Amino acid sequence: MPKLIPVPDELSKPFWDAVNEKRLIVQHCTGCNTLQYPPRPDCQDCDSGELQWKETSGRGHILANMVVADGRLGRTRPDQPFNLAVISLDDDPKINFFSNLPGVPPYQVPIGAAVEVMFEEVEPGQLIHEWRLVEE
Amino acid sequence: MTQQSAEWRRNRLGMGVWPHQGEVAIVGWGQSPVDRRWDGVNMDRTLGAYAILAIKRALEDAGIEPEDLDGLLCCPENMAGNPGPAGSWGPYRPYFPPPYDSEDGLTVVTNNWLRGQMPELTNIQYAPDNVPAIGDGMGFAAQACADGMYQVGVYVYTANNLEGRYRQGGEFDNAHVSGNRQWGQPWGDYQGLMTSTNVPIQQYCERYGITWDELLSPFVINQHRNGLLKNPDEYEGWSYYYQYGPSQLTTEDYVNSRHIYFPLKIWDCDRPVNSVGAFVFATAERAKDMKQKPVYVANHSQGSGGRARSTQETLEDTEKAKEWVARLVYEGSGWSPSDVDIFNPYDGFSTFMPTTLEAFQWHGVGKGDAAAFLTGDIRVEGPHPFCSGGGNLGNGRTRTAMYIDSIQQLRGTAGPRQVSIKGGRPQTAICAFAPGNSAAYLCLTNEAPG
Repeated sequence: MPKLIPVPDELSKPFWDAVNEKRLIVQHCTGCNTLQYPPRPDCQDCDSGELQWKETSGRGHILANMVVADGRLGRTRPDQPFNLAVISLDDDPKINFFSNLPGVPPYQVPIGAAVEVMFEEVEPGQLIHEWRLVEE
Repeated sequence: MTQQSAEWRRNRLGMGVWPHQGEVAIVGWGQSPVDRRWDGVNMDRTLGAYAILAIKRALEDAGIEPEDLDGLLCCPENMAGNPGPAGSWGPYRPYFPPPYDSEDGLTVVTNNWLRGQMPELTNIQYAPDNVPAIGDGMGFAAQACADGMYQVGVYVYTANNLEGRYRQGGEFDNAHVSGNRQWGQPWGDYQGLMTSTNVPIQQYCERYGITWDELLSPFVINQHRNGLLKNPDEYEGWSYYYQYGPSQLTTEDYVNSRHIYFPLKIWDCDRPVNSVGAFVFATAERAKDMKQKPVYVANHSQGSGGRARSTQETLEDTEKAKEWVARLVYEGSGWSPSDVDIFNPYDGFSTFMPTTLEAFQWHGVGKGDAAAFLTGDIRVEGPHPFCSGGGNLGNGRTRTAMYIDSIQQLRGTAGPRQVSIKGGRPQTAICAFAPGNSAAYLCLTNEAPG
């Protein structure tokens, strides 16, 4: 389905550059050793500005799922209903990502199932991170 | 200081009990009819016309004349229009003759417009520009009165949705997304409360072994019931559902209703309406001789309990945020949970309720208790008359029901919704327009503290 296309800014450009190289990175605070996503200027736990980018395992589990049946985003409305799943990252389950779980029918999402990151082109030259089911 | 400064806000722990307890009272309220939307034809049903009507009704309730007002605090925010500058609601047809020859009076209502249409407001001394929406706005009005900016003033809140559909189009139709939107909208998360509060409730259900429908349907149905319990002494009342063909929502209706963001259903969402509410605030000195027994402001609070730690808010995030909000409200009022007779928190989405209840510990509801509480007897006649006003879900998105009912309950004028506490009138109330983790609460009391 056609997806909305992210426009990188100064803060997010390293993240989207990595995604375009098919790598999933998140911020790592060297002050308190926590991971952070989405990126922020400072660490939300200790306010440190000492943030580095760290590549993740790209593996996670399905924390929850919603099905968008009457959403507000015009570009995605023709494809309703569709999954809007929440993926917790195995590296730190407090980090989560959205996913449409391509190939998984709406209302049939296996909560708790293992997933791995994949990448999907939303316009020429711009990928976004997506997730697919895997065997544990 | 209350003109535009942020200093009036009570938005952090450690500020203590509101030092103006007992100095400000609400002495009147008024509500216009509650329509689904303006039809674009009847000029006596525009937002502006309804604002004038609500003010007149509030003045009548207070037993005062227009010239008694020296404060006019109309919130110029509104709910019309698509999100973002690209989608501002505009005239799809020519404007009308004055005073409806601009947006003012149609999609917004300002102090200036009201003063132009109500020349009888001859003594207005205080009419600030940036009056907040009703959650913060009621606190703004109370603080301004306490600070001596006015002695008798009216706060006006306009609620509308002229397009019929709520917040579609505009920026939401763009193909590209920037800023914070880049982290959710590519996957279809519009980044609002229907999703941010959805997953925490899913997690709540999983943790306590209850289904979404089992947890939320009794509350939603009871909200509709409360909304239909109109005081026969009032004009048309203040419930959309009462005014447009009253019928009681059933469990079957709820369970079979269509999904918006599954498992969230349409009955979990309030209904956008076109309506205006008004509340008269006065100093305690002026209030004591007015028609109604004053309902005193015991505290107001603002701010937020926090945000999601990552992309999607989790139950842990929500609980942490709302515990902070409850601490703020109790600290500022000097109350504990057992002091609160009436609890009318904000229910724009039913998903707000379980964690709000547990954070405020109303009627002893602790962590994990909300499911049993909400599925128990929460009728106004019962032992736990939660949200006695019916809120947005039972009345439509006026965002005023929580306040009106609290005032009525403390006055003893709630009619068939009247709650009895140990055989008498309730003495205290907490009410709010506090979406999500907002801390915009108002505490009211029958007795002037101190």
